[in-house]
Amino acid sequence: MFPTDKPDPSLLRGMTQRRLGRRDAFRLGGVSALGAFLAACGVEGKGGKPQASVAPDAVEKFWAGKAKNGKLDFANWPLYMDPKKPELKKFTAQTGIQVNYQEVIQEMGPWFAKVQPQLSAAQPIGYDLMVITNSIQFGQFRSGGFLAPLDHSKLPNYAANAAKSYANESFDPGNVFSIPWASGITGIAYDAKKTGREITSLADLWDPAFKGKVGMFSDTQELANFGLLALGLKPGESDEAAWKKAAAKLREQKDAGMVRNYYDQSYVDALGKGEVWLTQAWSGDIFQKNVSDGTDFKFIIPSEGGTIWTDNMTIPITAANPVDAITLMDFFYEVENAATLAEYINYVCPVPAAQAQIKEHAAAATGEDKASLNGIAASPLVFPGEADYAKLHYYVDFNTAEQQQAFQNIFQPITLS
Amino acid sequence: MNRVKRTLAPYLLVLPGGLWLLLFFVVPMVTMLSLSLQQGDIINGYRFTGHWQNYVDAITDYRVQMIRSLVYGLVTTVALIVMSFPIAYWIAFHGGKRKSTYLFLLLLPFFVSFVLRTISWRQILTDDGMLLHPLKEAGLVSSGFHILGTSYAVIFGLIYNFLPFMVLPIYVALERIDPRVVEAARDLYAAPMTAFRRVVFPLALPGVFAGVLMTFVPASSDYVNSAVLGSSETTMIGQVVQAQALANSNYPMASALSFFLMAVLLSGILLYARALGTEDVMNAAAR
Repeated sequence: MFPTDKPDPSLLRGMTQRRLGRRDAFRLGGVSALGAFLAACGVEGKGGKPQASVAPDAVEKFWAGKAKNGKLDFANWPLYMDPKKPELKKFTAQTGIQVNYQEVIQEMGPWFAKVQPQLSAAQPIGYDLMVITNSIQFGQFRSGGFLAPLDHSKLPNYAANAAKSYANESFDPGNVFSIPWASGITGIAYDAKKTGREITSLADLWDPAFKGKVGMFSDTQELANFGLLALGLKPGESDEAAWKKAAAKLREQKDAGMVRNYYDQSYVDALGKGEVWLTQAWSGDIFQKNVSDGTDFKFIIPSEGGTIWTDNMTIPITAANPVDAITLMDFFYEVENAATLAEYINYVCPVPAAQAQIKEHAAAATGEDKASLNGIAASPLVFPGEADYAKLHYYVDFNTAEQQQAFQNIFQPITLS
Repeated sequence: MNRVKRTLAPYLLVLPGGLWLLLFFVVPMVTMLSLSLQQGDIINGYRFTGHWQNYVDAITDYRVQMIRSLVYGLVTTVALIVMSFPIAYWIAFHGGKRKSTYLFLLLLPFFVSFVLRTISWRQILTDDGMLLHPLKEAGLVSSGFHILGTSYAVIFGLIYNFLPFMVLPIYVALERIDPRVVEAARDLYAAPMTAFRRVVFPLALPGVFAGVLMTFVPASSDYVNSAVLGSSETTMIGQVVQAQALANSNYPMASALSFFLMAVLLSGILLYARALGTEDVMNAAAR
């Protein structure tokens, strides 16, 4: 469906053949017996160079002989679906496929570390579908050859209903390995009662008036993005020189005592308890916090720009039920299903037509439900407009593992010192 | 035949424990040592190349966190000795019939998960929390004052979480002291303080020694307290290891850091044992 470039047959070959890594390692370390023994404890990787693309016949080869099995194991993040799972029940009723839905992914790094050994050994990981963020680890999954190439002939709803911009994602051009589950915006959340004024720009995160009351993300990519954007640099096009400048900018913020802490998901709590007055934040979280705790925090996309990230449905290369998995992927691109999902999670919906559908649901609803559904349909955080998209940037993109390591070495010392 | 049996017997007796140690101690240690000398990246795999540079990098990049962890561990341990001794002394000599009740009360909070308890402290100590909010309202502290995110908060958390591990060994040592020994000291005209200093305290030293082992090592390598109660200014070495292993999949760096930490802690403990005279201590503990 989408054009895929540059073949590399060695990728698939590497996956099916016994690797020589261990023997190589023996040769290198084999002078002494201890050396040999030590060497035998290596961590096996994929072998070969990181690959950004697949062979033109890879799709055909992967999907040949694969059939529907009537069941599938789905790994997702917490709070990413109504706990009653209405969509999955509907899916099972329609297709007869039983879905085992598990909220096992909490962070990308640990998730990658957990499944990488099985995938390297060409073993199944127990899941046929997993939702992974565009991140350093997405690149690692992709270049490791751990993701199945998608057969777009099995994704008619995706072709019909997805927003066209998703075909140009920098981390997976042409959606060769992934299609979006939901996207989110990284911007600034603040407590207007404490800041005493409106927050509009990244520069406010460097404003001495908020010394010690600023929260930043501990995730190196999120942190780096804001450093780059504050300097007017585009993360997606940045290089090592730009990273160093951004790191200097962020260090200046830290050394000035601006930053209270570098947070993970706990930033929401810190904002609620007044530890921070303004913080880097993810769009859906603030919406949900306001709804569930009755708070009145504001979320803005900074004038210099914010970032958009995407959580993506992917099929591990060793999946036992890939046909069932891709059927479910396409199911979530039916407008009605995309609409009900967005109504619950309040993250950016990849199906523009769902907006009209939610309005219809609102028209049919009454009272509080009606107001909240109308709010969702009108929210720029669920259905960003053109003007919003223009301010949103994709993440830093890595071509090689060395680049990733260099990036980590530049930004990690800021959060870990 | 009998002689063969007799020579083999000790080895056979050691076999179960020995195998256990081999499987669950030696093998992981060697694996980790190997990892710490490897090179590569997670996609292409790590290969053993005898890459000592990992250690150099680990020490140069994370020297500050290493020193900070040791300082936190040391402060925690000293504070624990000062706090635990009176508690253990009181339970051992004045606890009477209720000794076991008091010990149980001491341990009671520890039936709740370690992480959960630390998070609860976070709720209490937070900027607008139940402790600071009234103080700020009353104008006793400035509105910008905070406890969380400081070294004090982290050391406080460490002390809280490791308290029983110091009290219990000291209690056991004190409990073993024959009251007649103290009476004898008094009979020989030792003042109460002198009896404590010359008799009770030296006899309790093995307990202190054991308590230090059980608190200094885990407190120095702890990462939960700093992660929950601290900030980026209080990063401990355990957090660095965790980030390198889980967030970066940089296993060689994580292993090198762990090995270096282990070496530092071991040499510290050995020096300490030498200074205190291990043999006496161990003999006393064995009695």
